[in-house]
Amino acid sequence: MAGRRVTRKWEVFAGRNRFWCDGRLMTAPQPGVFALTLALICGTCALHFAFDCPFLAARVSGAVPALGAALCGATLAALLRTALSDPGIIPRAAPAEAAALQQLQQPQQLLQAEPDAGRPPPRAREVLVRGRPVKLKYCFTCKMFRPPRASHCSLCDNCVDRFDHHCPWVGNCVGKRNYRYFYLFVVSLSFLAVFVFACAVTHLALLARGEGGEARGLAAALRASPASALVAAVCFLSVWSVLGLAGFHTYLASTDQTTNEDIKGSFSSRGGASNPNPYSRGNACANCWYVLCGPLAPSLIDRRGLVCAEGGELPAAFAQALAAPRAPPAPPAPAALPPHAPPAHAAPPTVVSPPTPQAASFGTVSLDGEPRHAYMNHSLDLDPVPLQEVCIGGGRGVSGVGGGGGGGALSASRLRLLHDTTMIDAALDLDEPDVPSHLPHLPHLPPHLPHHVPRLPRVPVHSSPVPAL
Amino acid sequence: MANNRIPSGPNTPGSQQTPTQQGIKIFIQRDYSEGTAVKFQTRFPPELEDRIDRQTFEYTMERLNEHFEMAETADCSTYCEGCLACLTAYFIYICTETHYEKHLRKISKFIATQNERVYNPRGIHITDPILRGLRVIEITIIDLPNCQSPTGNSTSTQMRHT
Repeated sequence: MAGRRVTRKWEVFAGRNRFWCDGRLMTAPQPGVFALTLALICGTCALHFAFDCPFLAARVSGAVPALGAALCGATLAALLRTALSDPGIIPRAAPAEAAALQQLQQPQQLLQAEPDAGRPPPRAREVLVRGRPVKLKYCFTCKMFRPPRASHCSLCDNCVDRFDHHCPWVGNCVGKRNYRYFYLFVVSLSFLAVFVFACAVTHLALLARGEGGEARGLAAALRASPASALVAAVCFLSVWSVLGLAGFHTYLASTDQTTNEDIKGSFSSRGGASNPNPYSRGNACANCWYVLCGPLAPSLIDRRGLVCAEGGELPAAFAQALAAPRAPPAPPAPAALPPHAPPAHAAPPTVVSPPTPQAASFGTVSLDGEPRHAYMNHSLDLDPVPLQEVCIGGGRGVSGVGGGGGGGALSASRLRLLHDTTMIDAALDLDEPDVPSHLPHLPHLPPHLPHHVPRLPRVPVHSSPVPAL
Repeated sequence: MANNRIPSGPNTPGSQQTPTQQGIKIFIQRDYSEGTAVKFQTRFPPELEDRIDRQTFEYTMERLNEHFEMAETADCSTYCEGCLACLTAYFIYICTETHYEKHLRKISKFIATQNERVYNPRGIHITDPILRGLRVIEITIIDLPNCQSPTGNSTSTQMRHT
């Protein structure tokens, strides 16, 4: 694959989005309803321009087609921009980062004396945002704590920053990066619908009134221009929901909320205690200004970027130095085991304490690093990203942590099933440990990793201070 | 930061480190105390203690945060940019880069120079946060053969995880 042509990042993208034009455009996995929206808007506008516009241009004003064209153009541009751009997807954590997050959680669990080994990392942690506590939930798919306001879209299988909702009509998530386009789309569509409806009704009314004073009646007008009647009907049916949506999103933009937060009631007062929105800038104009006209955040997924091996961005000297210590083979590792085991067992607090510059006697980096790498390997194997494995095939080999990734496909598919059936990832964010039926497998090495077997004796050492994988 | 109320004990998520075959990696997390704008914690990770002095590291972090703050500020130019893009049906984005992207370019340049002049000679490499989705700053520490720091400190930082 790489020999034939370059591999771009969209080809190995972990989510379910579909990409077009070599990664320049992206949509949700099923953009069918988006095609329907597009056809509906284009069809109605075509009928409007074909039948109403010539009549009204002659009888009323030449500005009618011009205004119609401007509105139609704005609506379509905003629609395409919303549907085909990145909504603000947060890329998944790299293996090293996910492992660091897991390790980070382990000492905490030790402190809390969790009895059951093999819990996943805690599912939420709390930060203060402008003095208000906000829960950051752990995303099992993306292996990170979601930033505030981000949410996981179960349809696209991505975390989206400032997630608003997944809109099937535009065939994409609406999030931080395309909310302004979505808002523009909804507003311009409501103007367009009202305008086209008004034009069709005017056309019919003028026809019914007749040319020189004698009334021809509505029935005659409908017979004379059935297309106008169709356009009026379509617009009449759709204009209410579109107007309602425009009003709703105007309210949301002016208070800097998202649909997701509004539905969940994140900022509604609870039990009499007020719970103001910490992201609001205080007044409606400032909120609208920032939400709709603020700087456009960059796309974080770098769809058109070239895939390079993990650590490929390190300078050459680093790469060499990193390659060198890996030469010593694994056999010395068991020998290095005894010095480690006693401190880990006898004095768990050392695990929690910050590093102290003692213990230069613990062998070289490579000896020390190897077993832990093995451990992390198999802990990472726990919940792999099967989609990556499936969709890339031969084009991959970028993952720096070797050792296969099929071990936890079951758990990941279970999670995905839960995502799919509930459609609300919040179901996964509950704080009780309901999911990890797979976790008992954890301490045992996956059978498909034969090269890890020699290090089996080390596992209990790790798992005792580190109950949570 | 101080107001990150994280029930964490001494091992706060300000920086996490993990040794892999890629060397030791430290992850500087985002600071959400002032909202969702991109800002990174400036707390000095203890793993860097005998490699670099605190002021140098904090200077780098503060400059980075300043750059991101400038990138996120909405002013007249970003407003005009948005309006112009809207008028051209967003085709302008094909040929120009946005206000934010200009600043990202500056940030990448800043990190590259800092790496080259300050960090790489001491066995530290800072990864451009855009490569990690602006979620974390990844710092890689390795023992370079001609590193200025005493050897063995990396093993000591590793032992708390054994």
